[in-house]
Amino acid sequence: MATKSKTAGKGTRKRAKDEGREIIRVSEHTAEIVSDSGEGAQKCGQIFGAVCAKMGNGAWTVEIIPAEIQPPPRSKAGGSGNRVRFGTERITNWGDATNLVVAFNEQVLLGRHELDALADDAIILLENMWATHPDPDIQQQWKEALEALSTRNYRIIEVPMEEECLKIVEDPRRGKNMFALGLFAFIYDRDLELIRAQIAHQFRKKSEEVYARNVLLMEAGYAWADANLDFRIEIPTVKSDQPMVVMNGNEAIGMGAVAAGMELCSMYPITPATSASHYLSDVFDKFGGVVHQAEDEIAAVGVAIGASYAGKVAFTITSGPGLSLKQEFLGLAVMVEVPLVVVDVQRGGPSTGLPTKVEQSDLLAAMFGQHGDAPHVVLAPATIEECFHSMVTARRIAETFRTVVMVLTDANLATGVQPFPRPELDPRWQQAPVSLSPIPEGKPAYDWDPRTGLSSRRVPGQKDGMHTATGLAHNEWSKVAYDPESHERGCRMRSRKIAVLQHTLRAPEVYGEESGDLLVVGWGSTKGAIEEAVDRARAQGLSVSSCHLTFLSPLQPGLKEIFRRFERVMTVEINYSDEPHDPFITDENRRRAQLCLLLRAHTLVDVDCWSRVPGQPLRPGFILNAIRERLAMGVGV
Amino acid sequence: MTHYGCSLLSCGVIDERTFEMDDYQGAVARWCPGCGDHSILTAVQRLLEEEQLKPEETVFVSGIGCSSRFPHYLNTYGFHGLHGRALPVATGVKLERPELNVFVVMGDGDCCSIGAGHWIHATRYNVDMVALLLDNNMYGLTKGQTSPTTPLHFPSNTQPRGTYLEALNPVQATLGVTNASFVAQTAEWIPAHLYETLKAAYHHKGFSFVRILQRCPVYTASVYDEAVRKPDVIEMMVHDDGIYLPDLDQIYKQKIVHNPKDIDGARRLAEVTERVRLGVFYRNEALPRYEDLRRLPAHTAEERVRLLSEELDRYAV
Repeated sequence: MATKSKTAGKGTRKRAKDEGREIIRVSEHTAEIVSDSGEGAQKCGQIFGAVCAKMGNGAWTVEIIPAEIQPPPRSKAGGSGNRVRFGTERITNWGDATNLVVAFNEQVLLGRHELDALADDAIILLENMWATHPDPDIQQQWKEALEALSTRNYRIIEVPMEEECLKIVEDPRRGKNMFALGLFAFIYDRDLELIRAQIAHQFRKKSEEVYARNVLLMEAGYAWADANLDFRIEIPTVKSDQPMVVMNGNEAIGMGAVAAGMELCSMYPITPATSASHYLSDVFDKFGGVVHQAEDEIAAVGVAIGASYAGKVAFTITSGPGLSLKQEFLGLAVMVEVPLVVVDVQRGGPSTGLPTKVEQSDLLAAMFGQHGDAPHVVLAPATIEECFHSMVTARRIAETFRTVVMVLTDANLATGVQPFPRPELDPRWQQAPVSLSPIPEGKPAYDWDPRTGLSSRRVPGQKDGMHTATGLAHNEWSKVAYDPESHERGCRMRSRKIAVLQHTLRAPEVYGEESGDLLVVGWGSTKGAIEEAVDRARAQGLSVSSCHLTFLSPLQPGLKEIFRRFERVMTVEINYSDEPHDPFITDENRRRAQLCLLLRAHTLVDVDCWSRVPGQPLRPGFILNAIRERLAMGVGV
Repeated sequence: MTHYGCSLLSCGVIDERTFEMDDYQGAVARWCPGCGDHSILTAVQRLLEEEQLKPEETVFVSGIGCSSRFPHYLNTYGFHGLHGRALPVATGVKLERPELNVFVVMGDGDCCSIGAGHWIHATRYNVDMVALLLDNNMYGLTKGQTSPTTPLHFPSNTQPRGTYLEALNPVQATLGVTNASFVAQTAEWIPAHLYETLKAAYHHKGFSFVRILQRCPVYTASVYDEAVRKPDVIEMMVHDDGIYLPDLDQIYKQKIVHNPKDIDGARRLAEVTERVRLGVFYRNEALPRYEDLRRLPAHTAEERVRLLSEELDRYAV
């Protein structure tokens, strides 16, 4: 991360303006907006998050998404919105609890309260039209909700949002979000010019009139807050000394695909992967790239394989159910050694599961979901920045090793927004993968190096390179061969490549001390939360470190050596595992978390795990509790 | 990014090679003696020679089944992939390398059963390729199971007391799909007609769907028995814009004039009757081809980097 230099505060004018107002100075804050679906809370949160990042705050945003497109209004489960954690320093995860929330009705707020999403002393700005609503049932619900909320130390501020918005628009359902944005803008003293620019970007496909109206609404929210609030929250911003960009993980995947020279994204709509295709569909044309929406998940990967076989750079993108459907083709790509990049934006499973929510439960399916032995590469970016760069890495490995590379992200990365150093683009990433030069006589289709398993790629159009790629067992000439030696050699060569790749990888870095009582091991989007928990544990005097794996297949080297330096090793993951003390659970039958299982198999170390499947990112506070709990269980594996 | 619009072979270098039938010969075909696939392979090789298609610029994509061994028996590029999934692979090849000659070889289980979804959509994409349905009315490689085109009551190992359902009509089904641009039917035991049909399919710009009635001497020997022995069962659809082989007139006396532009007539003629109709049901070159619709100008690496840099500007802090 960039080294930062403090910039001066905004000066005295504001202080005079804020006379008598309480200024709450904090190094970070978590703000959220929650509304019924369709009221635009997500847009408000996205703009606010982007503005915070552009002003120089570290930021991490998480979408609050109902699984249905139109859940009933005013329902606890139907809350939709966005949560923005931002601070002076870099923010790497969504944190623990919300400090300030703007809610459009008391029911969605109650939903957040019951999820324990709000800090005990949270500031709540609540639309108050419901208190006097003509429907007595709604009035009653309001009363009961406020009673339930009074069990905590929340500070509830009623805001006449509807009333204020009606002064500007006829249908406040389309505009309250911008009013709320104005509230945030005042409370956190955001740069109004930046906000206006961001509104313009958000509504770039709409008319000038739409932009102007939204700006008016935002300014109304700002003015209301200025006139009525007796506090402001100050979070110093620090401008980075290097250029930064801010985007979500799916945009980073899409841009990474362009940066990596990809020419075809072949996909089928599935949540939460689809927004990457939306992004690419919007911009890929101008790079000469094509987003092909296939008739199904199977065809999507088939088209990508066909294009790659023909010498193009193609990838497919999907989520859990789609991954299951693609597995037969993935095995084929491994078998015929066609390079292929597959992005799996993980969501909750099994089956349709939690379509919009985060989980890390596709790891084993990604690694072992193909029938037979189909060795290939699996890697998992941990940050939005890594989403971008992993596409470049994935292409390079896929082509060098003629194999499938799966990139596992998740719903948390996909929709989360984070600033990161602007990538330095390299034209060499764009190079065509193969030339069409003739194939020398006598060169087999798979000129496997017997030591490495590597072979040179050939594509249609290359003179004298004719052969039939086949999913059947084959010899080096790609001739169908069922004899024991041919099949064993084919398996050996495909497997050997993975070992060769492993030799090129570096051992993972240990975060914290190089040895100690407990090592927490993670992968994917949990990195920030794990490291924050480790920091807090160390501050409490606990001897804890962590290490985060980017490569899951092959695993990075040196793990055994690292594990040996710690008394206990524990993975933290967002997939299901049995608790050791649950009924019927024994050390033998305990189903452990997915990375844990792999690490135990590969290192013969008695790796423990702590995992949860809440459909939410892990909170650092919960991880900290797990760390404390495990350490209290004693040391000695 | 570069597009291989001109290969090194055709770009400025005069290619003086001429190809004989033998140049297209791959491995020795291992189909059963008497299998109709042999005759189809020969007709295809004849077409390749006649059209002088460069082996390296020709790709045969197949699925899984007896007929899908086809690419192995040709000396071109080949992709022998998954059961039912030849069409998506071929679409990927042609979408990105439109200059290649792409042929797809499928069986009736491949195309009409496990791959039926792809069949409908490939027809609609109308990508310029030749799709051959080698229809022997039975799963052969897995040894005698009912396929969607198995005739009603015909026994198999999975339906030993006969099939329960009327056979699916692949020609009619294809003609019902939006953007169907070339639909023909031929029979492997009439080599001249088979060859002419393949040739017409190859020259059609778009997705050329050819159902080839194919004998299987092992599992469905009796199905086409009558059509083979009694030429009057066959009705030739003839037209100047379709296929007309006067030499066959002496044997195949049943003829009907059908203009391949006439979609309604095509659909009517595709109805099942006692007659087996051969020829071009429908042809329309005016329909858009997916690979053309999606074609974009190529960019250099530097251009792409410059454009991406502009894109990043939009996200700059």
